[in-house]
Amino acid sequence: MRTKMWKFALGAVAAAAMTTGAVAETPKSGGTLNFVVGSKIPSYDGHIETTFGMIHPISPFYSLLIRVNPDNPSENDFQCDVCSSWDASADGLTYTYKIRDDVKFHDGTPMTAQDVLATYNKIVFPPEGVASSRKAFYKMVKSMSAPDDTTFVMNLEYPSGAYLPAMASPFNYIYSKKDLDEHGMNWHQKNVNGSGPFKFVQHQPGAFVEGVKYDGYHHEGRPYLDGFKAISAPKMSARVQAIEGDRASIEFRAFPPKQRDDLVAALGDKITVQESDWNCVLMATPNHERPPFDDPRVRKALTLAIDRWGGSEYLSKIAIVKTVGGIVFPNHPLAATEEELVQIAGYSKDLEASREEARRLLKEAGAEGLKFTFNNRGVDQPYRVVGTWLVDQWKQVGLEVDQQVNPSPVFYDILRKTGEFDVSIDFNCQSVINPIADVSKFLPSAGNNYANFEDAEIEALYDKLARAGTFEEQRALMREYETMVLNDKATQAITLWWYKINPYRSYVKGWKIAPSHYLGQQLDQIWLDK
Amino acid sequence: MWQYVFKRLLLMIPTVLGAAFVIFFMLRAMPGDVCELKLGGEGAYVDEAQIELCREQQGLNDPLVVQFTNFVGGLAVLDFGTSMWTGRKVAYEMGLRFELSLQVAIMATIVSIVIAIPLGTLSAVYQNSWIDYFVRSIAVAGIAVPSFWLGILILLALLSVSDALTGTRWTPPIDYVPLWKDPAYNLSMLIWPALATGYRYSAVATRMMRSALLEVLREDYVRTARAKGLTETLIVNRHALKNALLPVVTVIGIEFAFLMGGLVVTEQVFNLNGLGRLLVDSVTQVDYTMTQGIVMLIVLIFVFTNFLVDILYAWLDPRIRYS
Repeated sequence: MRTKMWKFALGAVAAAAMTTGAVAETPKSGGTLNFVVGSKIPSYDGHIETTFGMIHPISPFYSLLIRVNPDNPSENDFQCDVCSSWDASADGLTYTYKIRDDVKFHDGTPMTAQDVLATYNKIVFPPEGVASSRKAFYKMVKSMSAPDDTTFVMNLEYPSGAYLPAMASPFNYIYSKKDLDEHGMNWHQKNVNGSGPFKFVQHQPGAFVEGVKYDGYHHEGRPYLDGFKAISAPKMSARVQAIEGDRASIEFRAFPPKQRDDLVAALGDKITVQESDWNCVLMATPNHERPPFDDPRVRKALTLAIDRWGGSEYLSKIAIVKTVGGIVFPNHPLAATEEELVQIAGYSKDLEASREEARRLLKEAGAEGLKFTFNNRGVDQPYRVVGTWLVDQWKQVGLEVDQQVNPSPVFYDILRKTGEFDVSIDFNCQSVINPIADVSKFLPSAGNNYANFEDAEIEALYDKLARAGTFEEQRALMREYETMVLNDKATQAITLWWYKINPYRSYVKGWKIAPSHYLGQQLDQIWLDK
Repeated sequence: MWQYVFKRLLLMIPTVLGAAFVIFFMLRAMPGDVCELKLGGEGAYVDEAQIELCREQQGLNDPLVVQFTNFVGGLAVLDFGTSMWTGRKVAYEMGLRFELSLQVAIMATIVSIVIAIPLGTLSAVYQNSWIDYFVRSIAVAGIAVPSFWLGILILLALLSVSDALTGTRWTPPIDYVPLWKDPAYNLSMLIWPALATGYRYSAVATRMMRSALLEVLREDYVRTARAKGLTETLIVNRHALKNALLPVVTVIGIEFAFLMGGLVVTEQVFNLNGLGRLLVDSVTQVDYTMTQGIVMLIVLIFVFTNFLVDILYAWLDPRIRYS
């Protein structure tokens, strides 16, 4: 089961759909990788930040306890980074990690299990006043200890399929206990001392981050690069032109199809493209506190009106969305198959029947010709594109929608603080594929569920799912949970899953696309064939 | 003269305070906050307690009066505070960008002066000739074409021309290196935005130069000079040009101040890490302290530039200081 869970294949649409030949090549050492980053660095502290603007330039300086294998990132193939092995007890309640004894921080301090313990204490049990953005991912953790310098132990309250993926989070940088003790918990926000493949050279805020090869890196023979430069380029056209003019070799987030096609047309075989499903999805969230969206029939009509299969075909030509899926990342073993999906409201291939049913439900609920406002985010890809498409979809069943496209701060203010919306776009974007944790977004009690409702039935079902011991049990409960959320109660309406497209200079080798733009960013696997 | 300078200096204080008041309260009227964006801007899980902790640490829960007092108190000692987004000193963040913005502004001003003064002079001297029509066409085009659009055209032209000539597509560098470290690299990056903005800027100055010179050339003292038999070149260069420069200096001064923080879109097009981009970023990130800091810097630059222009006026036209 473990293999099934962690070694799932992404199928034909997944990674390397357009990659050039997969013939193994011998890596060459040397060279500096220039890459562009479309976002900014709030701070260097992975434990509090959530943006790829921090992950892309800062991850190469740090190590993790375990990580998603950078040579195989399209699967949940976890491997040790600073550990040499790990073991789970038979009851799944104790995880023991053996820590390598050859890892050193860039300041020369040897890394031990005490550093790992101090790091995870900061992440899981932060002292009062210390921020930790993902501590909620570790609700199952009861305690942790480091009985000696090479052993790190975590004890869980209950066995959980969400535990190991959470441990492989790319944000869980291992910090030196000495730094935490001497400089405090906030020191890493403005300072870097990691044990990753590259040493920090300089950061010119708003311009670039520069790193140089760390000769003492613990993975033998790596990194291949002499250094890297992460250049900040907020505007997409600047990033595309940078690759076109070879000022940068790659952008690790993604480009829309048009930019991929332009680069391929301009540069031919000097450009390689990798594509993959992306662990991000947009959804339409009705405000259950506002009539008539307190009526499940109206909410169900919203989802029934959406032509997901058709939308996948035409939106994927202009936007970074493509795959039809339910609440779980598509093609994961816990995700619904196509046969299962078409049973859910709004996923049937008989579009006319779905829309007829939507009209009937609206009539029955007294909401025929309903007019409402739709809060959308003023970001072109893919929010505005998907939003405009949704407005048209709803129009097909007689709904009149006033789309209000707001700048990000205003959008968040409406969605999270004031709640002054009828229906809003919302999204779920995660790093390591961890379905059981990822679908907690649909829990009424989740801090990031903005539909404004309470439902003990959904909560109880999720609780069972979180504690399910076997894969079969997890899968069955996941279907039940998905059906309840998307079909029976129609709490939110999933649109299309994002689709990651990375065109880059063909001389960049060793990089494999992941289903998340947060993964595989330590850069130790990358080399340049120049 | 010193009394005049002192009066002008005193007038700067209420202007700066008024601007501080307006920017502070306008920002607070905007919806959204930096913590929501920082922690949950990409759709990742966001813990409400963490957002609240962030708000507390940023002082967003303090009463507005306290926040405003801290802001103005800081201004008095030229402390713009700490960026809510990066946690670094606002002055440090601005200082990093100031050099680049200043260089682009100076280069664009040079481009503008080099174009505007000769063309404006030619246009006035040869009024209603084909030269005049040609210069006016260039000037009107410069006003009509936004500099960012011209920037995009320049970039596309660079890609196409380099491809046609060398088979390799060339674009300007996207990472800034100071002029004294690598002049060639620096200029190959900044010359293009300087040309794009300098051209637009020169269009305004050319028209101003032309109309001011036309006016001066009709003055009695110019007629007297002609009657004395002086050559036209001597009349223009020695007697007319200096007086015609007065309004041009004003335009150049105001435009220079604008260039320091106003190249918002052009900086995006050429990926310049300047003050304009920092301002846009700070507004979109609801980074109050940074936005306040940049706006106040721009206000100070405007106020100081106006002050210098006033002094220059007084020097160019001695009648002004007595008025």
